[in-house]
Amino acid sequence: MADQERFVDDALAFMPSLYTAAMRMTRNPSDAEDLVQETYLKAYRAYGGFEVGTNLKAWLYRILTNTFINSYRAKKRRPEEADVEDVEDLYLYHRLVGVGGSGLGRSAEDEVLSHFTDEAVKTAIESLPASFRMTVLLADIEGFSYKEIAEIMEVPVGTVMSRLHRGRGALQKALHDYALERGIIEAQPL
Amino acid sequence: MTEQGRIGPPSGEWGEIDCAESIHSLYGYLDGELTDERRRELEAHLDYCAPCVEKYEFEAELRRVIADRCKDRVPDELRDRVAKAIDHERLKSKS
Repeated sequence: MADQERFVDDALAFMPSLYTAAMRMTRNPSDAEDLVQETYLKAYRAYGGFEVGTNLKAWLYRILTNTFINSYRAKKRRPEEADVEDVEDLYLYHRLVGVGGSGLGRSAEDEVLSHFTDEAVKTAIESLPASFRMTVLLADIEGFSYKEIAEIMEVPVGTVMSRLHRGRGALQKALHDYALERGIIEAQPL
Repeated sequence: MTEQGRIGPPSGEWGEIDCAESIHSLYGYLDGELTDERRRELEAHLDYCAPCVEKYEFEAELRRVIADRCKDRVPDELRDRVAKAIDHERLKSKS
């Protein structure tokens, strides 16, 4: 049992990462702020039931995820259940570096990646359907394990793995499309 | 699968896995989700396969770029709002 009086000290330190996730999920600052506040209020009320020594950050994310899904349901704006297009493994690598390896060396690849601005990355992530977006955020931005993500999202580990695989592929394609549109890179023959 | 860039191990074996399996395990490796045995097999392959190493390094760097570029600064007023909301909740539950 956690002491509710300790909640502010224990939980508020996670606000930057919760806010980042909320921004990606709601796609606007006003809804993101509401989602973070709602998450903290629910967490505060439930904190007596939180088991000290277990993963507080994962627990907060579970509340955030549930709150996001429920608030969209309440507004009759269901999170998009759309699927993502399957793309090949190493989609971006093959297009930036070429199928046969670069010959360019690592610095040239890093140079290309350095052109992906904050806006490019955020736009690409936000283009993913909600369930894929959340899974990729939890793994690639927050570094949660498959098992932790399964608990946060209340889905089987196999679902996490499949959403990650397909979500990362779709993210690479979205990044590539964005970079082509903005002229950051030029299309290369495969 | 290209053999270019591969230098053979000093004596004999290529290891237990080939390039296709290596790429299949790429995310599991970067995610820290492989069994110890699988990770060792993979590392044995990577020791001798420059093309696979290049792909692994690309994916690892891409992930760093994505994580770095995806942060938002918490607005000061949100910190205040949340602190006030919790205070309010605390007083309500005490009264």
